[in-house]
Amino acid sequence: MNTTRSKSPRALGVMRRFFARSRGDSPFQRTLIHIALIIACVIAVYPALRILTVSLRPLNILMSTSLAIVPQGATLKNFATVVANTDFVRWIWNSLIITMSTAIVGVIIASTSAYAFSRWSFPGRTGALVFLLATQMIPAAMLMIPLYILSARLGIINSWRGLVIAYSVQAVPFSIWILKGYYDTVPYELEQAAMIDGASRMGAFYRIILPLSTPALAIVFLFNFMQAWNDFLLARIMLQKSELLTWPLGLQTMQGQFQTQWGNFSAAALMISIPVMILFFFSSRWLVSGLTLGSVKG
Amino acid sequence: MHSLTADIVLRSLGQVGSTVLAILAGVIVLEAGIYLIFGKLLKHRHTLPIMLLAPAAIGLLALIVYPIIYEIVLSFSNMSLFTFRNPKFGFIYAERNFGDVFTQPVLKLVHFLPVFLRTVLWTTIQVTFHVTLGMILALLLNRPMKLRGLYRTLLIVPWAIPQVVAVLAWRGEFQFEYGFLNIVLRDIGLHGIEWKSSPLWNFVAINITNIWLGVPFMMVILLGGLQSIDRTYYEAAEMDGAGPWRRFRDVTLPLINPVLTPAVILGVIWTTNNFNVPYFINEYNLESSEILVTALFRAAFDYSRFGFAAAFAIVIFLILLVFAIIYIRFSGLESVMGKSVQKPVPAGIGRTAAARRSKGPRGEVRA
Repeated sequence: MNTTRSKSPRALGVMRRFFARSRGDSPFQRTLIHIALIIACVIAVYPALRILTVSLRPLNILMSTSLAIVPQGATLKNFATVVANTDFVRWIWNSLIITMSTAIVGVIIASTSAYAFSRWSFPGRTGALVFLLATQMIPAAMLMIPLYILSARLGIINSWRGLVIAYSVQAVPFSIWILKGYYDTVPYELEQAAMIDGASRMGAFYRIILPLSTPALAIVFLFNFMQAWNDFLLARIMLQKSELLTWPLGLQTMQGQFQTQWGNFSAAALMISIPVMILFFFSSRWLVSGLTLGSVKG
Repeated sequence: MHSLTADIVLRSLGQVGSTVLAILAGVIVLEAGIYLIFGKLLKHRHTLPIMLLAPAAIGLLALIVYPIIYEIVLSFSNMSLFTFRNPKFGFIYAERNFGDVFTQPVLKLVHFLPVFLRTVLWTTIQVTFHVTLGMILALLLNRPMKLRGLYRTLLIVPWAIPQVVAVLAWRGEFQFEYGFLNIVLRDIGLHGIEWKSSPLWNFVAINITNIWLGVPFMMVILLGGLQSIDRTYYEAAEMDGAGPWRRFRDVTLPLINPVLTPAVILGVIWTTNNFNVPYFINEYNLESSEILVTALFRAAFDYSRFGFAAAFAIVIFLILLVFAIIYIRFSGLESVMGKSVQKPVPAGIGRTAAARRSKGPRGEVRA
């Protein structure tokens, strides 16, 4: 390798490609970059693939020190066991109905409030927006103490009522920020035109703003859904009976008996992850632009 | 075991449905009341926005503001498992609770200050690793190359997996005999590590898990930022004789700053408040692995010291509040948010601009 200082040194060339994009990396540099990325991909993917591996293991070699991705004698028995012999289906169903309904309510609440923030100036508007941002900094564990005691007083422990109400509201501040940022990009003239044509203010909102904001509404729905779908903490303090659990709690109980149930746990984990991951890969581009749309923009 | 019968389906739908209907009924009553009072009686010019904001406002008051006030009240009480039904309230209890936070162990042995310092260390480690590794991967990916899309997809796998699943799976992998990390260590001739029972290694295990989980988000955000930088800046810098490091420092870093700063701030908040990772990986409840939020949770729900935990929570809240105020002042967000509303927008950036913004990898920054 030529490393004289007068010409562009090779080592520095690698650095240059590394720090700034430039046309035409040399084959050597390209190889290095590919190797680095492949190593990174293995680190990112292998721990996730292990879930698949363990889920495919037959019971007699569940405890094995093999690192192979497809185990010897791979079987789907663990999946059958989870579906037939545990509360797994029940937990998924519980999570699904709670999450779907609360996401819809959450989007309705946020979409109308965001419209008010976007189109009116009223006293306390800035303060309210700062407050919404500040709520994102409150640790969830902190709210659990009063919520638990209040729920116990109201007698809604071991029911979904508290969860449904709390999930409907928890993602509202973030949703308002994203939607407000999006509504701000829709020109006011469109609503004016609609109102000149005889639409009421809310008619214009419903017929003009909402249809134009479909992408942002989709992001917000997804965000609400994910937030409730993945929640562990609130469900943990609210629910104790096995038939009421949501999947994160159920999965935790399966992991409790590690020695006997590792295969079952992995099968359940895989069945939960795959639909969520597919949804995520389809929406990640929107999700990211939405995240920055809400937080970067004023 | 409970299978899913029609009866159960109906009953569960009934419980969720009735709650949702109750919420909707409440909203309708609320809106009607506001309409009558503000619209008909007072003829207030802000009736419509008040109606639009009311459900969210009531919801947030009930689920965030009221619990925080109640938490303050609780910190003035001696509530614990034994006094759950009839706690006593008074300044003497507040004095004791807040005093205990700083003078007594917050759990069994560990005091407040070590937990606080560990939380600062944890946040520093995490954000440093997330930003550094995220930036390196984003820079590697930010070039025309084969398999770029595949690499990007594979690299965000840790972010795509539901967090609880990922954390529980990692907890299994830290098992001494059969976890893959120890298997690899033994294969290369080292000893397995006691990830779960050794205080130091347990903290390392928590950090490994969260670095694995957090890098993809940073990478995607920073990649979006990098892609929005006009390459002519680099060409100009190169012509002026700037080397790769100077181009990174003087072109990339300043131009990516509008993306980097909020991402770092978000990272700090999320990491400080991260509950799942330290809670699950710390399977044997080592007090040496607790950070503030997990210690708070255990003080309340494992030891049932509700009055004390409320005081503890308020101390944590105040620390975060100071951080938030510094951040809002420092970043000038306040002035951005106060921007005028309903300003006339030049024609031609209606639907297309909005639609473009929601898609496209570059939308992040242009927005």
